[in-house]
Amino acid sequence: MDSALIPKGVKRCPTWQFLAWLSVFGAVLLWGVYAMLLCWFKGLNQTNMNDYYGFALWIWADLAVIALGGGAFFSGLLKYIFGKDELKNIINFAVLLGFICYSSALLILAIDIGQPLRGWFIFWHANVHSMLTEVAFCLSCYFAVLTIEYIPLILENRQLDKVPFFHNLSHNMHETMAIFAATGAFLSFFHQGSLGGVAGVLFGRPFAFREHILIWPYTFFLFTWSAAAFGPCFTLSMTWITEKVTGKKLVKDNVIDLLAKISGWMITSYIIVKIVETLYWATVTAPSKGFDVSHFYTNNGLYGWWILFAELIVGGVVPGLILIIPSLRRNSAARVTAILLGCFGVCLNRWVMVLQVMAVPVMTFDNWALYYPSWQEVATTILPVAYGIILTMISYRYLPIFPQEAELNPLEGAEEVEAEQEATAAEGAAEPATA
Amino acid sequence: MTSAQTHTENGAQTDGKPVAHGADNGHLHKYGMVIDLDKCTGCGACMVACMSENNVPFRDDETDKLTSITWMRVYKLTNGKPYPDNDVCYLPRPCQHCEGHAGHSPCVSVCPATATDYSTETGIVSQIYTRCFGCRYCMAACPYHARYFNWWDPVWPDGMEKYLSPNVSPRMRGVVEKCNFCFQRYQLAKDKVYVDGESTVSEEAYQTACTQACPAGAITFGDLNNPEHLVHQLAQPDDHHHGHPRNPNAFRLLERLGTNTKVYYVSSREWVRRAGDNYLPDEQTGGGGH
Repeated sequence: MDSALIPKGVKRCPTWQFLAWLSVFGAVLLWGVYAMLLCWFKGLNQTNMNDYYGFALWIWADLAVIALGGGAFFSGLLKYIFGKDELKNIINFAVLLGFICYSSALLILAIDIGQPLRGWFIFWHANVHSMLTEVAFCLSCYFAVLTIEYIPLILENRQLDKVPFFHNLSHNMHETMAIFAATGAFLSFFHQGSLGGVAGVLFGRPFAFREHILIWPYTFFLFTWSAAAFGPCFTLSMTWITEKVTGKKLVKDNVIDLLAKISGWMITSYIIVKIVETLYWATVTAPSKGFDVSHFYTNNGLYGWWILFAELIVGGVVPGLILIIPSLRRNSAARVTAILLGCFGVCLNRWVMVLQVMAVPVMTFDNWALYYPSWQEVATTILPVAYGIILTMISYRYLPIFPQEAELNPLEGAEEVEAEQEATAAEGAAEPATA
Repeated sequence: MTSAQTHTENGAQTDGKPVAHGADNGHLHKYGMVIDLDKCTGCGACMVACMSENNVPFRDDETDKLTSITWMRVYKLTNGKPYPDNDVCYLPRPCQHCEGHAGHSPCVSVCPATATDYSTETGIVSQIYTRCFGCRYCMAACPYHARYFNWWDPVWPDGMEKYLSPNVSPRMRGVVEKCNFCFQRYQLAKDKVYVDGESTVSEEAYQTACTQACPAGAITFGDLNNPEHLVHQLAQPDDHHHGHPRNPNAFRLLERLGTNTKVYYVSSREWVRRAGDNYLPDEQTGGGGH
């Protein structure tokens, strides 16, 4: 039915199967939309947030998807600025994931604020001292860049590409993409960093507060670095999952290997700095405020020393080492383990920098505050996941997301299939005229 | 406090006439509070007075203190010792009106929409409800939990809306609110100063509701910059050390964080003073101050 829209030289599942899965994820999406509407119309009392947990699950999800979406800007930087041309075979997918992550982040922010209709105040009454202001500006601008990067991909759809204007527009946008890649990297440096700064500047919260270089706390640089390091892990993880779901090899091993290697060195260098920074915070910064570091990891039912170990070692050192050792990196099972651990590590880091910050008591007569999200929070957090899956399904089906797919999966009797697709397309085009 | 009121605080004009404000005679006010914890009985009159004065909304069930709004909240502290050495202290906690470094309060510096402001004329941290869009970053920044979010729209029991203060705007769902040292009283006092042709707001002309309601006289309010005001004499703030109290029995909550607050506490009990801040086991009480 939709074969006219499917890229040439590749095979897709039957339409009924596609629609069936679309319905499943669509149902999840609608569940999330229902919860979102409840939050908008009834207010944030629909959540389990409270005056101790002003920042909660959504802000973690926001920071996590932005970190994971960092694969887009970093891959673009590597390909267009540093000339790693092999990455052209995965950059489309990285851009798609970035687009999904950043649009999700903006949606989450729109749900998270108490007065959504006043969201524009952040631009109109901007406080230049606030890290959140910088986040809002750079995030919005970078989302515009991602949209510009995604548009040529849409225009490469088989039918749209037949329109000369779209064909030429797409071609010309590709020609200028290096400018947008550089702009995206610049903007990402600042919004990833300012997201780290959101926690690092909280001098009233000694668990979050970090020393500064000029006006930027160390977390500013660590967040940017970690997004560049772990973002590619997410790109690779999603590529692996897409390959498993479709049952096809979509990207050649040399491309995977290159991105995994770069990610590995970025993770390793990041985690060394992160460990040094954590030691400095634990032995100098926190004690200078009267806190022994054990204060942050004891006397509560959840946040023990394990979380530090899980973040730094399990989610940092281990994936870093696996990805920089060639023999391990080229072992598929080890590599997949590493990239999944990498995604886990960066998400846990964001969790710690949001949720644990809120949980730690600061006044001596205060107590640990633990929190669990309401179903509305869970549903609205799953909403972007369902949206992401749906957009990936549609993009994969109708757009040339993976340029190497046709080469890696040659069709038997490809010419016949193509002719069949052309015939179906012609038939489809004729239908409206006869209706 | 409405946005219009904040503009007045910042020296704008009302009805075309210049308004007398804190900067008169070249002096800047720094309103603050001293709370004598040895006098506080924990009766909660300050909390009630605060809610009444400031139209603070409440719900049928106020048992969940993580979602109820109490601009002034009284904490119960104990020394953790068994009877007969057990000792209790009640600690009223309004907004601490942090000055931070050069007005960079923890909350003011992070608000992305400039919906909260530090006045260098009064030292009061204001909240502009009509500009707040409810991101709650200020709440995350405040270590005192002095900021509250309106999780629900305010609903008053039948007839009670007639008892609301006309000088204080009720807040809507989805915005943050907090103690503002009864700023509306300061505005009224300034108006009176202007009408009476005086030069500055006197100590007795501007007092907060909690100060006046405290039956034990535990709360003292006034201008920390004015040596004639009782708060100055009680706290003896050292301006060369970010307001660190020279009174050996006085302390500020979490002073070591650099919040530079304007609410001072006084107690003759060492364990109470030590409870005001965090110390490593080998550190002396007050040793980490600025």
